[in-house]
Amino acid sequence: MKNQLLLKNAGTMLVRLLFAVVAVFPILFMLVSSLKPDQQIFGDMSSLAAFLPVGNISLDNYAAVFDRVPAARFLMNSIGVSAVTVILGIFVNSLCAFALSRMQVRGKRIVFMAILATLIVPFQTLALPLVWWVNQLPYFELNGFSLEFSRGWLDTYQVQIIPFIANAFSIYLFHQYFESIPKELDEAARIDGAGWFKIYRKVVMPLSGPATATVAILTFLPAWNSYLWPLMVVQSEELRPVMIGIQYFFQLNVSWGEVMAYASLITVPVVVLFIAFQRSFINSIASSGVKG
Amino acid sequence: MATTPLPTRRPAPAHVRPAPASSSNGNKRNGSNDAGNNRSAVRRRRPGFRREQLSGWGMMAPAALLLLAFIFIPAALGFGLAFTNARLISPRPVEFVGADNFVRLFTDPTFYRALLNVAYFAVIVVPVQSGLALLMALLINKKFRGVNFFRTVYFLPVVTSMVVVSLLWLFMYRKEGLINEVLSAISFGLINGPDWLADPNTAMPAIIILSIWQAAGFHMIIWLAGLQSISGELYEAAQLDGTSRWQQFRFVTWPGLFHTRSLVLVTITIQALGLFDQISVMTQGGPMDSTTTIIYEAVQSGYRQQETSYASAISLVFFVLVLIVSAVQRHLTREKD
Repeated sequence: MKNQLLLKNAGTMLVRLLFAVVAVFPILFMLVSSLKPDQQIFGDMSSLAAFLPVGNISLDNYAAVFDRVPAARFLMNSIGVSAVTVILGIFVNSLCAFALSRMQVRGKRIVFMAILATLIVPFQTLALPLVWWVNQLPYFELNGFSLEFSRGWLDTYQVQIIPFIANAFSIYLFHQYFESIPKELDEAARIDGAGWFKIYRKVVMPLSGPATATVAILTFLPAWNSYLWPLMVVQSEELRPVMIGIQYFFQLNVSWGEVMAYASLITVPVVVLFIAFQRSFINSIASSGVKG
Repeated sequence: MATTPLPTRRPAPAHVRPAPASSSNGNKRNGSNDAGNNRSAVRRRRPGFRREQLSGWGMMAPAALLLLAFIFIPAALGFGLAFTNARLISPRPVEFVGADNFVRLFTDPTFYRALLNVAYFAVIVVPVQSGLALLMALLINKKFRGVNFFRTVYFLPVVTSMVVVSLLWLFMYRKEGLINEVLSAISFGLINGPDWLADPNTAMPAIIILSIWQAAGFHMIIWLAGLQSISGELYEAAQLDGTSRWQQFRFVTWPGLFHTRSLVLVTITIQALGLFDQISVMTQGGPMDSTTTIIYEAVQSGYRQQETSYASAISLVFFVLVLIVSAVQRHLTREKD
């Protein structure tokens, strides 16, 4: 009986390991190949050496990546765009959720319903009309002392940021969380003479760390990974985010070592963030399960 | 705002509170004492009411306006533009053309091919991905040594972006690539793999495999949340009745996952219908249209050919499909509740 159970457990463990191997081998292959010259990548492919950093190991591919594409610029663009989207997203969405949860505003129920209704519209439905629409939007630029007016947001930073700040799901998550914070706390603050914004900033937000982390992650991942949108709205090289940079590697001669180096370069930051904030990542995905 | 003095103390609830002496509305005293009948009138005159309205709307405004500008307006535009001849950049004014775009769409064999491809993708991905994700969730549901390690590893593909995953598998799927080498190694040289992405018969299966590989970990987490919401007492009771593991799954776990199940199915289906990134990086719809999709066609016409109107018509068809999927899910959940 006991042996049977032990065998069963060993079997389960074997299945777990099998899944782990399948999940990890392409990533391992990418990281290892990024350190090898092309010749060796192809040479090692038929043996386990494909997954081991052996032979002629160097960072040459990474150096070549920075030669071939403005990788530093792309990285800075993606970091900047994601960071601004996350920060403004946290602020705008939590502020809205605060009013919905805490204040007796007339018409808020209709506003909330309209906000939640946007959840059924996938971004792909909007993307094409949105390209046309952002191209009609006015654009002000301060040039020296004169304010210049032009039309069309194509090929700018703001077109990569502003459409993605407000998000119904973030508002929903903040609202849920705010509802769990006892209202007595802000009543106490009001007795002390705090205004609404102060209650938001000093009472409610400091208690909402987990919700903020969830929203930050759920905003960051699509911002960093965005591909369809910048593909259509960004033309200039100096404004491009990292995912669009892959196009550079298929012009002229393809060096797979360099492709793998670039792929690693834009993946490792996210993986490091994930391992550092693992619990928050898992929670934020789990909370996206209530969406339906 | 100057007319309503800022209250320095939090007022008691309207129906028990005596009218404040410093009220700017002379009538206040009448309303505040007869509690039930006249509450809304009282609330309207509460000191700070106007201020609360103003700050409340001020706080909702940024998000509300952004959603209006970047979801409601483009959605309405998409609907409207589908019936025009609008182009992305064009000096001509936009003209109404009736259902021309839809006529063109429904006589376009490439579009039918795209629908067929997406259906093929969804029919395989939805059951296989949700099934594997559930299996993974069950494998790491119970606490054991190393559970965190496995959870992290299973989730790693999810934090790798679909674009990177597509690049990586593009490399692995070559004729002399890693996939074929592995196949050959585990079959002792018997399997001589195809040139996956260059063959119309294997291109879509290849994309299906990598898509499942990337996204299964995401849905594993959702299943896991569902599994952990099932009360442990139910399992204890089942054990007392001497049930087998399979019976526990069949009669406790599976019914307990009812809501999670419909959620996972509908999110995977909608994601499957929106297939784009993998196609754009790996095959550009080829070979011979065997991997083209609805969204890929929309981007081709709306962006490459700048035909916003035609692309809007495609997007509208896509949206109708998404609505049908959601409606079917609603219906199925309601029936059994």
